[in-house]
Amino acid sequence: MGKTDISIWYFNGLLLTAYGLMIGGYGIYELVRGQTAPVVLAHLHAPVWWGGGMLILGLFYCIRFAPGKRKPQPAHQGE
Amino acid sequence: MRIAPHGNALAALLLIPAQHQRMAHLAPLDFAVIAVYFAMVIFIGFYLKQRNDTSEEFFLAGREMTAWIAGLSFISANMGSLELMGWAAASYQYGILAAHAYWIGAIPAMLFLGLVMMPFYYVSRTHSVPGYLKLRFGESSRLLAAISFAVMTVLMSGINMYAMALVMKVVLGWNINFSIWVSSVTVASYVALGGLRSAIFNEVLQFVLIWAGALLIPILGLIETHGWTGMRARIAQNFPGQDFTHLWHGLGTFNNPMGVHWTGIVFGMGLVISFGYWTTDFLVIQRVLSAKNLRAAQMAPVIGAAFKMLVPVIVILPGMIALALLPHLLPESVAAQTPGAYSYNEVLPLMLVRYCGPGLLGLGITALIAGFMSGMAGNVSAFSAVWTYDIYQAQINKRAADHHYVVVGRWSTILGVLASIGAAYLVMQFASIMDYAQALFSFFIAPLFGTVILGMLWKRATSAGGFWGLLSGTLTSVGLYLWVHFNPAALAHVAFSVHAKMMAENFYRALWAWSVCILVTVVVSLGTTPKTDAELNGLVYGATVLPRQEAVPLYKNHWFWAAVVMILFLMVNVVFW
Repeated sequence: MGKTDISIWYFNGLLLTAYGLMIGGYGIYELVRGQTAPVVLAHLHAPVWWGGGMLILGLFYCIRFAPGKRKPQPAHQGE
Repeated sequence: MRIAPHGNALAALLLIPAQHQRMAHLAPLDFAVIAVYFAMVIFIGFYLKQRNDTSEEFFLAGREMTAWIAGLSFISANMGSLELMGWAAASYQYGILAAHAYWIGAIPAMLFLGLVMMPFYYVSRTHSVPGYLKLRFGESSRLLAAISFAVMTVLMSGINMYAMALVMKVVLGWNINFSIWVSSVTVASYVALGGLRSAIFNEVLQFVLIWAGALLIPILGLIETHGWTGMRARIAQNFPGQDFTHLWHGLGTFNNPMGVHWTGIVFGMGLVISFGYWTTDFLVIQRVLSAKNLRAAQMAPVIGAAFKMLVPVIVILPGMIALALLPHLLPESVAAQTPGAYSYNEVLPLMLVRYCGPGLLGLGITALIAGFMSGMAGNVSAFSAVWTYDIYQAQINKRAADHHYVVVGRWSTILGVLASIGAAYLVMQFASIMDYAQALFSFFIAPLFGTVILGMLWKRATSAGGFWGLLSGTLTSVGLYLWVHFNPAALAHVAFSVHAKMMAENFYRALWAWSVCILVTVVVSLGTTPKTDAELNGLVYGATVLPRQEAVPLYKNHWFWAAVVMILFLMVNVVFW
């Protein structure tokens, strides 16, 4: 039907990529600066690996479900 | 449970920011994370605005969603404040017993919906659950169900708003009215613009976001407590003599944190409330009705059940970790009188602040906001459909053009949000948010399940039987509630024990209401004339020829996956026995 041109999974990818960049980037900034936020278990540098994980997952969805690169089926279905 | 007069509730609400010191300050990065999310959901609403020319597209997303999208939306619509704040608070009160809501209180019912009930909802081409009752039992049953659903939906949406505002107040010190209005306007915008399709798109987005924002808490929490074993040891040390870590072991008596016997869990929660909610609440059924075909509609609840089984990781586990690490949280009423103290209703944001610095804190807050907004969007989109189809079209304007109903749907979305805002101010005085929701469920959902299940499975059920069963069940529930409210000693009769706590009382009240509904429906039906098989085609088991479905490989078969989910469900119950 082509009623929607962008897959919901692409939107997911965009959001995760943006968050991955923002949070992962901040985590790296903390590492470089050598000073972390005053939270419990700060030495584990959660922003780095959690942000990195979101970035990888987000990029996967962005590439896999990029607009115009999808199977010829109702566009929003995203399978 | 006490319902405060409206004025007192409002006054209490406005006083709260002065009583609490905020937990955290957001950094610019946190604001940026939240802003990105709001920009995305509003964009989706505008993006999908042009795709809602007909009422079928606006209210049922054109019936073209895949099983995955319908399935994730199916459980995401349910992940409002009740899931995130309410059950985290409940797990702090009741320990792992709260996980029953996700396992025996959800999984069997969701599988039953997909395998047994969905064919009738889908084949009848109904637009709503009250619409099914119209086809099966007639107009009076539909009207009763539609009005009770509309009332319940608005109240539930009010709970959502209260919980969201509570989080913003506790964590950030934000003005409670600001929080309510910003989230309400956002939800009203994207649902009124894009209809159910927009709600579903956002619910899938919110589902991913909730996991991204909330999963870090149990991971870091278990690291801090040195794993599950360490957490259990700390809980035992903090609360000697109390069992917070067994699912079934302590349910042989009422002497457990929930004050409930296993019969209340199995029959009250597991049978009546769970089946009532997951198989007749239009909020969730609407998502499955949007599926592109019957197979997708049957697979969607199975997919939803698989993910539902995992939700305790981000909801129940943080509450239990808090039992190990923060053993001094208080009931809301006590905390409000104690300077510097926090209540167990705030356990999830407390854990969030404990582990999350800039960026991650914003993500966690965004996850909570997303949860609240998905729950609110679920409520208002379902309210809009029921109001438009089952009240406005059925009772007020039967012959308008299709486009007119789309316009009514958009305006009723806004009306639903405004009514929810009013309801938000009524929920302040309750000791636990979840207990209140359970009371609502038992008022309306339990008898509705009795009516729908008899309607689908018993050809002999008549229109009069359906209506009087539904009415008597609802009145029974309200009557029992008032009885205990004015005479607490009545608890010994309603819940079989004076030691039963509020949640146990709700389970047993639901069981009573459902039983009365079934009994009255059967008795009245046997005394009245049933419809013919031809009239019941597409509506009742035994009178319906279901469409033949083409053979598919095992990995696409919903019966196979339902069996897998059922086995996993049994395993978690044994492991945490």
